[in-house]
Amino acid sequence: MDRPQRVVVTVLGKDRVGLIAGVANVLAENNINILDISQTILQDFFAMIMIVDMRDSYIDLSTLKERLARKGQELGVRIDAQHEDAFNYMHRI
Amino acid sequence: MLTMEEILETIKMIQEENLDIRTITMGISLRDCADTDIQSLCRKIYDKITAAANRLVEVGDEIEREYGLPIVNKRIAVTPVSFLADGKSYDDCVAIARTLERAAEAVGVNFIGGFSALVHKGFTAGDHVVIESIPEVLSTTERVCASVNVATTKAGINMDAVSIMGHVIKDAAYRTADRDGLACAKLVVFANIPEDNPFMAGAFHGFGEPEKVINVGVSGPGVVKKAIEGMGNGDLGALSEKIKKMAFKITRMGELVGRVAAERLGVLFGIVDLSLAPTPAVGDSVAEILEAMGIERCGAPGTTAALALLNDAVKKGGAMASSYVGGLSGAFIPVSEDAGMVRAVENGALNLEKLEAMTAVCSVGLDMIVVPGDVPPETISAIIADEIAIGVINQKTTAVRIIPAPGKKAGDYVQFGGLLGSSPVLPVSRYRASRFIKRGGRIPAPIQSLSN
Repeated sequence: MDRPQRVVVTVLGKDRVGLIAGVANVLAENNINILDISQTILQDFFAMIMIVDMRDSYIDLSTLKERLARKGQELGVRIDAQHEDAFNYMHRI
Repeated sequence: MLTMEEILETIKMIQEENLDIRTITMGISLRDCADTDIQSLCRKIYDKITAAANRLVEVGDEIEREYGLPIVNKRIAVTPVSFLADGKSYDDCVAIARTLERAAEAVGVNFIGGFSALVHKGFTAGDHVVIESIPEVLSTTERVCASVNVATTKAGINMDAVSIMGHVIKDAAYRTADRDGLACAKLVVFANIPEDNPFMAGAFHGFGEPEKVINVGVSGPGVVKKAIEGMGNGDLGALSEKIKKMAFKITRMGELVGRVAAERLGVLFGIVDLSLAPTPAVGDSVAEILEAMGIERCGAPGTTAALALLNDAVKKGGAMASSYVGGLSGAFIPVSEDAGMVRAVENGALNLEKLEAMTAVCSVGLDMIVVPGDVPPETISAIIADEIAIGVINQKTTAVRIIPAPGKKAGDYVQFGGLLGSSPVLPVSRYRASRFIKRGGRIPAPIQSLSN
């Protein structure tokens, strides 16, 4: 469990141009592969979820969280990255 | 692959409904620290705790970051100090407590439990000095928590201990009069004390436990409340089903955190405690769950039935979610720590007697109850005896954490701050049980104990 491979990236906030590109750039710069993307609009609230693979990443999860949070500030949205098990444990037996 | 709904549900639980891991508690055996020389004993205790738990806070923070799940407290529970105190003096006990305080401070935990004695059948010399030193220890340390087990279903109730605890509680309150008797918030009197409870103030590392162990306490009243609110007028069977599902999800997070923490610390994983633990935060309240179920104010007729349903459903859902369940495992109803309970007391809906009835169907007992400072020690003992009897007869854990706030009268307010919250002072019956308490001796084990 020590080195997470699959990580869930969530982007929550107001929709705008360049959101996906902004997040994807951070991931690409650090050699993190995107496995799945889905997005939805709840009222005027935008939610995007990516499942990414960190196996060949140049950075660890803590650093990724920091970089995504910084990008989120730039774009005016909240971006977080969490170990996939946080969701698997709750929703999968 | 996970669905969007599932991911958003988890995030909503954490961000809006206060889902968190209440505590990762490391149990540490101090049995190998026993020594006739007090200085050597204290040195061994300090070295053992700081070596075992030096990465506890770091690992807790790391898991919190990686999994995005708040872990509110990291704590330590140790072997009951009375075990090391046989042949020691009052001053030695205070020295041990100061050592625990220093060790807790060094590793950065906010509470360390285990300044404890198990006296359900009688006292050893060590038990006596530990209990005697509790008021001084709790009023001169910040992190040390004390507990005394005065009864078990198998042994009956040690009424001499119950009587002494009335005086100990009054003394501890008096010594912290400037803080409304805060020392008493770190002292729990138990029946059937669990050996692996991760929650303070009652945590200690039991005699059947391994060298070191990680136990986890989950929380999440807010999650259950929101789920019930979202159901509208479903019947009670449907309600129970819903609570079970939410309890399952909450407990899975505890299981995950416990396993990861144990693996990273190189320590055995003990148990997940399935308790619904409220905090003073709005919406993170067990009372509000009962109110969402249809009770106008917590404490109204119907409250005990609603709580029984809630407590049972939490256990059923939680038991399926974890391979090892233990500790207290039930809904907590601490008054000062639960904004809904405080409001119910203010509204006159909830009183000491109703709280006592509620403890018959949930964990843990009369918890964080503030009473007037002039309540005599015999009455405190009698309140303890009543609560303990419920536990002994029903073969469950019950406990009393009561604060006779010096100088305060019924209806006054006390403010403890942080997770301990604030509370109005509850009125207590002016009729006394002094003669009953002064009889002393041991109430025999009930017939239920003859189960072999």
